[in-house]
Amino acid sequence: MSTEFSKAELERYSRHLIIPEFNIEGQRKLKEAKVLVIGSGGLGSPLLLYLAAAGVGTLGIVDFDVVDESNLQRQVLFSVADVGKPKVEAAEARIKALNPHIKVVTYNTQFTSSNAKEIVRDYDIIADGTDNFPTRYLVNDVCVLMNKVNVYGSIYRFEGQVSVFNYTDKDGNIGPNYRDLFPSPPPPGLVPSCAEGGVIGVLPGIIGSLQANEVIKVISGIGETLSGRLFLLDAATFETRTLKVHRNPENPLNGANPTQSELIDYEQFCGMKTTEKQETLHVKEIDVHGLAQLRENGTDFQLIDVREPYEYAIAHIDGELMPLNSISDFATQIDKTKKVVIHCRSGVRSAQAIVELETNFGFKNLYNLKGGIRAWAQEVDHDIAVY
Amino acid sequence: MATLLIPTPLRKFTENQAQFSSNGTSVKEVIEDLLLSHAGLKPHLLDADGNIRSFVRIYVKDEDIQVLQKEHTKVEQDTLISIIPAIAGGSY
Repeated sequence: MSTEFSKAELERYSRHLIIPEFNIEGQRKLKEAKVLVIGSGGLGSPLLLYLAAAGVGTLGIVDFDVVDESNLQRQVLFSVADVGKPKVEAAEARIKALNPHIKVVTYNTQFTSSNAKEIVRDYDIIADGTDNFPTRYLVNDVCVLMNKVNVYGSIYRFEGQVSVFNYTDKDGNIGPNYRDLFPSPPPPGLVPSCAEGGVIGVLPGIIGSLQANEVIKVISGIGETLSGRLFLLDAATFETRTLKVHRNPENPLNGANPTQSELIDYEQFCGMKTTEKQETLHVKEIDVHGLAQLRENGTDFQLIDVREPYEYAIAHIDGELMPLNSISDFATQIDKTKKVVIHCRSGVRSAQAIVELETNFGFKNLYNLKGGIRAWAQEVDHDIAVY
Repeated sequence: MATLLIPTPLRKFTENQAQFSSNGTSVKEVIEDLLLSHAGLKPHLLDADGNIRSFVRIYVKDEDIQVLQKEHTKVEQDTLISIIPAIAGGSY
């Protein structure tokens, strides 16, 4: 029996129904479709809002995070009243208020190798709104292994990328996937995340909306999807390019000689685990309460801030500014005789600075502020902005 | 001169320059020229054996050099070459 529409639905979707090539058949396909959106942040917000408004019958949402004040600059799914609530809970309430005719399924959990197959099993299309390399490779691999379409979008500062991966066309040809484009990820630290690198708030709105458009095209079969093509936008210059993407015979999942038939440990694949180990092994640390004590006791010590000047303008604790990328130039200004505490935003860059200073200049008196200025703002001085 | 577009994540190694012009006649020559001016880019573009790294693609016009003549792909005076890096942001 074919899917029926109520009078309220017909009225609601009338602007779709009067597009000749879309019509009620297109709307019926949307209503019967099941789309999983992984990540309900910058990209997930427009994806979910537009797919819900358009009438996608079942929307799944995966996110383990809670709504934070700093999300509101771009995550238009959420309001001030949602701060502190689980994202999936706030998203579900917003979507149901927008369209009561659709079904919403929430997964308040991290998307991992152990639950990925179970979660994606019931969906036709996966929209990737994640923010890190391990999860992106996981989303890609589970889509290829379980034969799902992966509608991909990614952003960095002013740059956006969109594509449709693992799409089977009407002749039965399977299009390229993420591993055909990028066989392996950059080493950790090379490309900062949005939390470290920043992102202009409108950009995820543009890229997530383009993903929503591709999802609707894949479902309805209208137009030409971005399968086999990569769309690029530089929002700063308004340069746009659409490049060709080809299948790679060396793809371990579905190339000429596949070597991978299961999901793997993606943290390890992306080199995360080794880095963490190295950082914790080689650097002396002090926590924010230890630093507060040094100040209270009037101890003679030097405090160095290795962040950038534009970060110092947001929040600072009176450290001497010596940015990481030129830290060696400042070596002569760092005391070798007394205790020196080095900090950054969260503790990663300051650890790198210490390793560089110890290796190249023989410092033995450097302490990394654990958790950086973020921990200081959260645990010691609540008047300082957390960013 | 051929023009090479530098993506945002790599601009910190080019003093924020978004474009690089070169008289090179192949992708290899243009990249060598680029690395001569911006040596800090090298580990981000090439591995120890001098091959293009697996998280970066090089395009000539709209085509991946891997399906052309790889680094020996010829470029002309008005050719646009793009470096496409893997980026992962989206949720936060």
